[in-house]
Amino acid sequence: MYVAVKGGEKAIDNAHKWLDEKRRGDLDVAELEVSQIREQLALGVNRVMAEGSLYDPDLAALAIKQSRGDLIEAIFLIRAYRTTLARFGNTLPIRTETMSCIRRISATFKDAPGGQILGPTFDYTHRLLDFKLAAEGETKHLAPANHELAGHLPHITSYLNKEDIIQTEPNTNEPPQDLTRQPLELPAGRDLRLQALTRGDEGFILGMAYSTQRGYGRNHPFVGELRVGDVVVEMEIPELGFSIEIGEIEVTECETVNQFTGSKTQAPQFTRGYGLVFGHSERKSIAMALLDRALRWQELGEDNVGVPAQDEEFVLYHSDNIQATGFLEHIKLPHYVDFQSELELIRKLRRDVQSNAHEVSEQ
Amino acid sequence: MQETNRKHWLSILAKASVQDLDVLVAENVSFPKVDELRAPEIGSVMVRGRMGGTGDAFNMGEMTVSRCSISLQTGEVGHGYVQGRNKAKAKQVAILDALLQTAQHDHIMRTVIAPLENSLAGAKSVQSAKAAATKVEFFTLVRGEDQ
Repeated sequence: MYVAVKGGEKAIDNAHKWLDEKRRGDLDVAELEVSQIREQLALGVNRVMAEGSLYDPDLAALAIKQSRGDLIEAIFLIRAYRTTLARFGNTLPIRTETMSCIRRISATFKDAPGGQILGPTFDYTHRLLDFKLAAEGETKHLAPANHELAGHLPHITSYLNKEDIIQTEPNTNEPPQDLTRQPLELPAGRDLRLQALTRGDEGFILGMAYSTQRGYGRNHPFVGELRVGDVVVEMEIPELGFSIEIGEIEVTECETVNQFTGSKTQAPQFTRGYGLVFGHSERKSIAMALLDRALRWQELGEDNVGVPAQDEEFVLYHSDNIQATGFLEHIKLPHYVDFQSELELIRKLRRDVQSNAHEVSEQ
Repeated sequence: MQETNRKHWLSILAKASVQDLDVLVAENVSFPKVDELRAPEIGSVMVRGRMGGTGDAFNMGEMTVSRCSISLQTGEVGHGYVQGRNKAKAKQVAILDALLQTAQHDHIMRTVIAPLENSLAGAKSVQSAKAAATKVEFFTLVRGEDQ
């Protein structure tokens, strides 16, 4: 039986007013501006753009302010906004080999051509709290070198490729599938997997990647290269009949070099995993590369050893934090009628057992 | 008009900072009356990457884009496509694109496009020089076994 229930409007209005008040916090403390979030909490902004799957630092900063710093809520806001936008088209694939790098390191070659460029990194910091930041200490500024980096930095894997010692990535010019346009069907190609991974939850991707390192699908990764910087975005403009650059985005790219495939007739070659994420997102792009590699077991002729990181269905259906949190959090919303039927069922079962027990004791 | 030239100025205009563009336009160009062929609008484009940096394409995520198309009274049509949500900039770029097809071409190239290009190159140069300051110089210790 359905019982129509109305009410709660006033309580909901008031709850949202209180939410606004709580968001603002202590009025004696200056209000955060969106531009402050964009500039000073940039890595949080990057995460919201990557998992919100929409590159727009101002919008991501606004979402973080609105969500009181709950990044998954902020990602939810961005995903909802994204659905209101008309899609003008697709860009040409970004050319990461032309990236203006602010950071570029290789864990495999000390003397990588172009060098090891550390950039603005937390690596090698002592992870001690810096109380000067709380005391509004002055910011250190880096004096630029008196020279620039020498041109574009080539991909490290392109050097391995010259020796044919690493697999070449297939390039068939096949247009990629888009999981925002059609429902995910399995088996998914690598294009859909990479799309799901780059917008997937950082914590989930990290945990899955970590599981491969701990032995649940070992694939011996080396970070062949990690690079962070700006890439130009170019797009074919139908009205013009040619492509133009429409802007520039910051991305992080990770290429892993993993152990070999090969056979009696085919000389062994290193294999590859790939991570590419919006913004400066090193942990996410390394984790993405490890997971991409683990999911390529079939294509690389490896055994499925039954670990979660090899299970495309498990990974792709659980990586999206908006789907996950939507389903998880909906159970706190009213389920009065569902629960009523459970209550009636358990009461009936108890009555049955009690009357049986009564009959047994009378016999 | 060559395609490469138009591609060049549209690319510079799209990447230019709003502040720089506003100042240079205000100082150097007077905008004529135009007809909007497509009113300024905000949308998105799907950004693509390549598997392994070199392989087949995959969809990475979207970015916000604004666009606008106009025509001058004299018939030249201009298009603006710019990153972000900025209808005013999209229209500005569309008008400049049309004006660059008129006799004002050289004037606008000199007073708007060239300074914007310099400013973009300057920012890139500073960033690259900062990155260069964080490049590792390895020291190798000679242990002397060979001596």
